[in-house]
Amino acid sequence: MICRMSAAQIRERLLAQEISTADVVREHRARIAEAEPVVRALLTLIDPNETAGQPDVTIDPPTGAQPLAGIPIIVKDNICTARVRTTCGSRILQNFVPPYDATVVRKLRAAGAVILAKSNLDEFAMGSSTENSAFGPSRNPCDPSRVPGGSSGGSAAAIAAFEAPLALGSDTGGSIRQPASLCGVVGMKPTYGRVSRYGLVAYASSLDQIGPITRTVRDAAMLLDIICGPDPMDSTTLDLPPTAFEDSCREDVRGLRIGLPGEYFGLGVEPAVNAAVRRAADLLADMGAHVEECSLPSTELGLAAYYIIAPAEASSNLARYDGVRYGHRATADEREARSERQGAGVMEHGRMTERTRGEGFGAEVKQRIMIGTYALSAGYYDAYYLRAQKVRTLIRREFAQAFERFDVLLTPTSPTTAFRLGERTSDPMAMKLADICTIPANLAGLPAISVPCGFHEGLPIGLQIIGKALDEETVIRAAYAYEQAKGEG
Amino acid sequence: MAEYEAAIGMEVHAELLTESKMFCGCRNAFGGEPNTRCCPVCLGLPGALPVINRKAVEHVIRTALALNCTINPAAKFDRKNYFYPDLPKGYQISQYDRPIGFNGWLDIEVGGEVTRVRIRRVHLEEDTGKLMHLPSGDSAVDYNRAGVPLMEIVTDFPPDMRSAEQARAYLVALRSILTYTGASDGRMEEGSLRCEPNLSVRPRGYEGFGAKTEIKNLNSFRAVQRGIEYEIARQTGILESGEAVRQETRGWNDARQETFAQRSKEDEQEYRYFPEPDLPPLMIGDDWIESIRQRMPELPAAARERLMRDYGLRAAEADWLTQSPATAAYFTEASRACGKPAQVATWMMGDFARLLNASGTAIEQSSVTPDRLGRLLSLVEAGSISGKMAKTFFERMFETGATPDALLAEHGSQVTDEATLAALVDQVIGAEPAVWEAICAGDERKLTYVMGQVMKLSRGKANPQQTRQLLQDRLNRGR
Amino acid sequence: MPITDDDIRRMARLARLELTDEEVGHQRAHIAELLSRFEAIRSLDLDGIEPTSHCIPLAGVVRSDEVEVSLPREAVLANAPETRDGCFIVPRIIDADAAGGLDSPQTGAPGSDDTR
Ligand SMILES: [Mg+2]
Ligand SMILES: [Zn+2]
Repeated sequence: MICRMSAAQIRERLLAQEISTADVVREHRARIAEAEPVVRALLTLIDPNETAGQPDVTIDPPTGAQPLAGIPIIVKDNICTARVRTTCGSRILQNFVPPYDATVVRKLRAAGAVILAKSNLDEFAMGSSTENSAFGPSRNPCDPSRVPGGSSGGSAAAIAAFEAPLALGSDTGGSIRQPASLCGVVGMKPTYGRVSRYGLVAYASSLDQIGPITRTVRDAAMLLDIICGPDPMDSTTLDLPPTAFEDSCREDVRGLRIGLPGEYFGLGVEPAVNAAVRRAADLLADMGAHVEECSLPSTELGLAAYYIIAPAEASSNLARYDGVRYGHRATADEREARSERQGAGVMEHGRMTERTRGEGFGAEVKQRIMIGTYALSAGYYDAYYLRAQKVRTLIRREFAQAFERFDVLLTPTSPTTAFRLGERTSDPMAMKLADICTIPANLAGLPAISVPCGFHEGLPIGLQIIGKALDEETVIRAAYAYEQAKGEG
Repeated sequence: MAEYEAAIGMEVHAELLTESKMFCGCRNAFGGEPNTRCCPVCLGLPGALPVINRKAVEHVIRTALALNCTINPAAKFDRKNYFYPDLPKGYQISQYDRPIGFNGWLDIEVGGEVTRVRIRRVHLEEDTGKLMHLPSGDSAVDYNRAGVPLMEIVTDFPPDMRSAEQARAYLVALRSILTYTGASDGRMEEGSLRCEPNLSVRPRGYEGFGAKTEIKNLNSFRAVQRGIEYEIARQTGILESGEAVRQETRGWNDARQETFAQRSKEDEQEYRYFPEPDLPPLMIGDDWIESIRQRMPELPAAARERLMRDYGLRAAEADWLTQSPATAAYFTEASRACGKPAQVATWMMGDFARLLNASGTAIEQSSVTPDRLGRLLSLVEAGSISGKMAKTFFERMFETGATPDALLAEHGSQVTDEATLAALVDQVIGAEPAVWEAICAGDERKLTYVMGQVMKLSRGKANPQQTRQLLQDRLNRGR
Repeated sequence: MPITDDDIRRMARLARLELTDEEVGHQRAHIAELLSRFEAIRSLDLDGIEPTSHCIPLAGVVRSDEVEVSLPREAVLANAPETRDGCFIVPRIIDADAAGGLDSPQTGAPGSDDTR
């Protein structure tokens, strides 16, 4: 059962030559074929034989230079892959084929990973359920009547459905951690600046960060080691020495100072979720960690700040989709074609752009473009955008103060377990509340991981561990120790 | 009737001389096959990110220092959001509230009067692509120019300039600084230097300012001056007839020598500026500024001073010779080669300038190098060739790339030997006795003709002064 | 001040989004609800607090002025809805027709170039 193995286990077997890379790829393809009709996690399957630069299925086992040789990975479809269409889950980019690889993809290829597929997402990563995908929603493998979360719902569902051991997601307000929580897998958002965003289709540039979605903490650490590092193509990456996060996977939390910020346990969090997170804290305390309650009073303001800043940046980032250089272009309807001077199918450029965007973007994307345009427009900039940026300062300060006393903070990842498809589509505000626990780490640029911490009525619950900026090591150590101590179930 | 005066401000955009574009590695060059210098960054492809070109920043710092600006230690980039098909990302990366340079000035001189034009800001941004109108009605877009580094220089408000001459002088002085610092080639015809004056007219003595118009499409210095003159007259006419000037952008039609309405104020965009999240702030430390200051090339004002002081040139000559660093360098070198700065200046501003203009050659590209001009003038000074021969030589040097010494070897030096000259004169007079008789009878105008014949006979080598003296002597004797 | 359909239409025009009348109504309702959620931020005393636009301690990131290989033109044009003679083609620009020139409004670029 190769598909049930973690990437670390597969790597071990490959090195021992107990299995071949061909076996690994073949079995995962078979598993994809089996699971996809229900899960619908993937938008594009990649045939390694057809894709230049992708190794054939018979490749050398993992080595120092190619630590992921032969190991399958699924990449969220807002991360550019050369010669493979990258849609962002949007009609406007339905046929867009990038001429270049994102830096993380380049690194994956260099490490020998086999990119199997591109995964579904909420359009332009805006959403918390993948229901905003122009290509239809993905399903939660734990219960296909429920959403996998989002926006990296396709990646999380694929991992939970054993379609691959590794996946990449992107996280702007919780888009890696929340679906990981809802699907019962591990998802990590690194410190802002740790992983290059070059080639990640921008949603909110000052918040976006690429990170791993896996079934084990060790795999997340291993994948993060591959994709992180300074990139001359991304001016917001930090110039840091090479990492060895996988080495942080040690079962040692003695003396670790853990804070439980009370605000995260209000916020409409289901009692069962609260209880599971507190049990996790107790377990860590039993293992020798010091657990203490604390307070981050501005937490709730984070949601408002986020829903001003992210749409503002998005309204600008999405201005490039104008039907000129790439993507969908609208044509005139019959009546207009008749009335236009130019003849059939042609309309004036400004109108073409408006209609292209009107047709190409889904409802949620349009809403965020509108709210962002509003927040940046004359007379509202100071009232909304500037104030939101100041709230961001408050949130950063409070975290900084908390991290004087604590090494990590423990919170729920999502206030609830997976909800039903369609349950929140008519209530956008309820949907947005799904991110309330994850947003603050984006606003402050902090590393945070979600690890499974139990079930409620058969649905997974996620534990979020937030760390100091650049202290992924401690976050990974705490998550790994908890994961090992908790065992299965 | 009230007397009116104009208040003129100016926005200047200059493409910077870098190897690569502002935020990507595509080559920064003019022309070429469309869309051959594009990459994910300058095409605004999804996922691409900008990285700041250090050289472009240094050009702006250097220019800002030359314009006496304060340098912002914490400059930053912002996004200016608007839609246009030549703008790939739907926003221009520009600078809003923290430009690289601010609060500077530039002194200009018109009719002996010096005016200080205050400069509000000098900032860095990126150029757009190029749109070409097609006969079919639609348009073609070429993004080769998209992302080329662009510097914007804006004068302060209230405006300090009052006349078209001043505005032109400002632009000339500014372009001169840009070429001296190497920031820009300053070619208005190619669009690497673009000027958008804004102006309003008010009754003299009136405190406030009227509605202003901005003039676009000015593609030469002449157009700038003419456009402003036209606009001053137009606005004055409107005010005199008791009507109000509309605040708008007006285009210059060079063929018709008039401005026309382009955009009204109501059409003005709302740019929704906000800090560029893809670029961290641009910290400019004192050591960076200092190192640029120390490597600052000589600026036009200093060069002008130096030429007047060291070579005894007149102001007009010094102005002309310092129009570009290349002309100033040429003058300095040629003067060093022959020790005759006054003659060098005369040649450069005369025959040389005429030939350069006619052939569209840049002085630094001419085959008449400073050394060669110097050598030519030395030959004149030594009496080896006459001034007239020098003119002929110069044209040959300019056209064929010949050296003065090669031409001298080919033609021989001028004839100064008295006996040889006398023989030449005898030959001419002997051939046309009637002419000589007429001269002796008082028609001295015909002397010039005889001179010409002597020159012709000597193939231009007869020393003119000596020949003239010889003819005069002969005439005096003949009487 | 409650947000009106006209506000929505103005924003949609700025954002170049064609909205149906129905969408205008939905947008207004949605934005009104979000704005009410933002009230907490509007009433906060934030004087003297610096805004955060970058949450990482980075500054002065620059590259050296070196030329790198551009994309082949086929790749540049590969995703374009319409191309001709190596150029992207856009429909007639009415703004420019009215203005009599095709200059981009922002960079002082020279006017239309009828060379083709
Ligand atoms: Mg500008
Ligand atoms: Zn480029």
